[in-house]
This record gives sequence, C-alpha cells and structure tokens, in this order.
Amino acid sequence: MAIAEHLPTRRDEAFRYADLAALAPLWPVAVEAIAVPAGEHRALSIVPNGDAGTLRELAISLGKGASFDLRVLSAGAGYARISVRAELADRASFTLGAAQLGSGAQTLEVVSEVTHLGRDATSRQVVRSVAGGGASVNYLGKVKVARGADGTDGSQSVRAMLLDRQSSANAKPELEIFADDVKCAHGCAVGELDSQALFYMASRGLPPETAKRLMLQAFVAEAFVGAEGEDELLAAALAALEAML
Amino acid sequence: MLQINNLSATVGDKPILKGLSLTVNAGEIHAIMGPNGAGKSTLAYVLGGRPGYEVTGGSVTFTPTRHPGEGRDPDQTNKASQGDTSLAGLGPGLRRGDGEAIDLLALAPHERAAAGLFLGFQYPVEIPGVSFVQFLRESLNAQRRARGEAPLSGGEFLKLAREKAALLRLDMDMLKRPVNVGFSGGEKKRAEMVQMGILDPSFAVLDETDSGLDIDALRVVGEGINAVMRRPNKGVLLITHYQRLLDYVRPDFVHVLADGRIVKTGGAELAHELEEHGYEAVV
Repeated sequence: MAIAEHLPTRRDEAFRYADLAALAPLWPVAVEAIAVPAGEHRALSIVPNGDAGTLRELAISLGKGASFDLRVLSAGAGYARISVRAELADRASFTLGAAQLGSGAQTLEVVSEVTHLGRDATSRQVVRSVAGGGASVNYLGKVKVARGADGTDGSQSVRAMLLDRQSSANAKPELEIFADDVKCAHGCAVGELDSQALFYMASRGLPPETAKRLMLQAFVAEAFVGAEGEDELLAAALAALEAML
Repeated sequence: MLQINNLSATVGDKPILKGLSLTVNAGEIHAIMGPNGAGKSTLAYVLGGRPGYEVTGGSVTFTPTRHPGEGRDPDQTNKASQGDTSLAGLGPGLRRGDGEAIDLLALAPHERAAAGLFLGFQYPVEIPGVSFVQFLRESLNAQRRARGEAPLSGGEFLKLAREKAALLRLDMDMLKRPVNVGFSGGEKKRAEMVQMGILDPSFAVLDETDSGLDIDALRVVGEGINAVMRRPNKGVLLITHYQRLLDYVRPDFVHVLADGRIVKTGGAELAHELEEHGYEAVV
C-alpha cells in the first residue's frame, strides 16, 4: 500500500473502488505513525462526519504483547477513506471495528492491511456497512501472516446491507499466509434486510420502518461491541442511522 | 368474528386457495386439519398478509371485540374526533373493539396485528441482535399507539412479560436473549405463545404450533392457548397435522382443508376419525 505523491488511479488495487474526484482535493495524505510499546494498550475512535470529506492513513506498529483498539464510524455526506496498516509483534492484539453508513451519492471505505509478524498475535476485524440512496461502501482488507508467525489468530467479519438497488457494496477480504500453525477466519456477505424477519416483526405489530430500524441498529452495533466508548459510538451511529431512514 | 368468504390466493402464480369459506364466531376455537400441500400454511400467511401471497378473489372480514378493561370511553372518542394528535391519523379499522367490521385484506400486516390479529409461526424467525424484550415492547407499544392507547413503560412491560413467561413456563432470562436465536424448536413455540400472551390478541391464527413439541411442551402450549385465548370475546384458528394438540385445546369445530377448500366440517370427534382413518377416507 505505497503512498505516492501522485493521485492514485484505479489500477492501484487499494483504490479500485475509491471516489477519485472526491479524493483529489484531499490528496496527498500524511501518514500517521503510531507505535505502541510492548505491553501497552492504545485505543482510537475515528468519527468522520464532515461534508468536506475525510482521508486518514494510519500506520500502527504493535510491540510484544501490545494492543490497539481502533473503531471507525463513517457517516455524514462526504467521502471517507480510512486506511490502516498494522504490524503485530509476538502476542500483540489488534481490533478494528468499523461501521459505514452511506446515505447518498458518496463513497465510504475502509482499507486495512494487518500483518502478523510475531507469534501468537491476534487480530479481529468487524466491518458493518449500510448503503442507501446510491451510496457505495467498500472494504478492502488483507491479513498477512509472516513466516514463523505461528499461533496467529486472525478474523475478518465483513457484512454489508443494501437498502436499495442503486447502492453498492464492495468487499474484498484477503489472506496471505506463510506460517503453518495459523487460525484465520473470514466471512463476507452483502445482502438486503431479511424479508422473513421483516414480516415476522410486522406480524407482531411493528410498522415496517420500526422493524427496519431495529434490524439495522442491531447490525451496526456489532462493529462497536467491547469498544471503550461503546455507548457514545453506538449513540452516534444510531443518530446517523436515524438520519438515513 | 372472522368471516372468510370464497377466498382464493396464489403463491408465485400457482393457485393454492380455491374458494375457501369459513366463519369463526367469538368464543370459538376452530381446528383446520388437512394433508400436506392442502393450503393450510398459505391460509395462515394470507390472513397475516405475507408478501408474495396474492389474494385473487374473495374477502376476509374481521370484527374484533373489545377487551375487558380496554379503555375507549366516549371522552376519548370525542377527543379523537376533535383532532387529539395522539389519536390522529389512525385508520378507522385500527381501533379494536368498536364492533365494526374490518376488511382485513386491505390492511398492512402490522395494522392487522394492531386490529387484534395474531399469527403464530410454524417456523419462528431468528433476529440476531434484537432482544425479545425490546422487540415485544416495541411491538406492543406500536399496537397500542395504533389503537390510541398509551404505551407501557419499561417497568409495566417487564411485569407483564414476566407474568406471561411464567404462565408458559419459559425462563424469563430467555426473553433477554435475541429473538429466537439459539432457541430449540420447542422453546421457539413456547416463546410464540408467550408473545401471544403479551400482545393479547382478539383472534389468533396458529400455524402448526404443535409441530416439534415433546409431550410436556405440547401440554404447556395447549394450556397456554386455553389461558390466553379461551374467552367469550376471542377466536382461534388452530392449524394442525395431529389430533394430539386437540386433546388439550378442545375445538368447537374441526375442518378438513384439501386442495384449497374446506371439504368437511365436524365437531371434535372428526379429528379422532381422521386420526383413525386418514384423510383419504374423507377427501
């Protein structure tokens, strides 16, 4: 994921779904380097909400036994691209929980590259995206396990919900594994709200908009489970969701 | 109370109900039995308003009766007509118990529920991340609002839920879990009955509520149906494959549904006959 001076093109894999027109005025991006010393813990919440667009590029390096908890809530009207590279030493732990709520002609994306360099490190990525009104929500995520990084436990859970036929979601979870003793789970699904569940809820008296709201709230909440500011993030996510519906 | 007149319906262009007529009066429990593919579940879904089940002919008239203690004093009615905002925008059919006949098929599924219809599912749906307590409280309050009644507070609702869960011997802790997620087949059916108890409908359509139940659970569910629905002002349509449930919930009428129509009607003894001789002897 090289950062070039020039504006990337679609041929650049990490930018294949990006909104290049929205990206141009934000480019170039300064890489924010974060080093977490061995045994320490850091957490960061990114809530881009402005209409001007948001572009962030994080490079996180985790020492032995260090941990980092990154949560992202992308909503609002502008383009948002949150890109993160994380390198994990022995027993380090990295969590990414992201919710993307796209409501108009906008693109929201999370790009991650998590590299397990040491042994027995853990990474968890949960991305929940909702797209309505023609929005595009993307996730490009790679988990790399270096030679010798045995005992790696990595997971990617990526789900997107499309509220109409004009909206789109792109998800590309990838694994690149060079060690033997590795546990890497990845799941990915793009869909619409379950019509059976909606009818079940309606049969108990819930109006369609309330049923839809309850299901989407539960869906989005999965991105913030266990976060340090879980309640605040959830409240902000629900407010953004409310504005969408 | 529920009058089904010459009802025809298709599922994906395939005719399933072919002129079905049936009347259930207040205070009655009717059982519908029939071979596989006769249209039993389709009837339940059509009454509930499930998308994809298209009515091609006939009518369904629903005349819910007022529940005892359900407030609708003349004062409130006056307020409604004077434009009280809490009662504004309600369809005329949504006020349960005014004794007026509702064209059931004209209502959206959630409006049918507010009018007093409950549909018990053969396969209750799992909804991850949404707790039963939240789901049912929102459902009940949505119904109450649609009827112009005040919503229940959290405390009031929990008291009601606890009472109904105890009635159906369902651990209250299970209602704190996501809707039907991880429930066994029997627990799901019990939970359906708890929901029915909480929502307190005027009319219940129960689609194979007895399937997947062991003998003990069957008795509990049967007793639950009696406790909640065996009332002079309520009605039940009990769709079942087996006679067993009818040992606990004694039907006033038993109908045999075959090829989209009621082909035979009798008393409770008809269920025993069917059990003994099979449908072929009747159909």
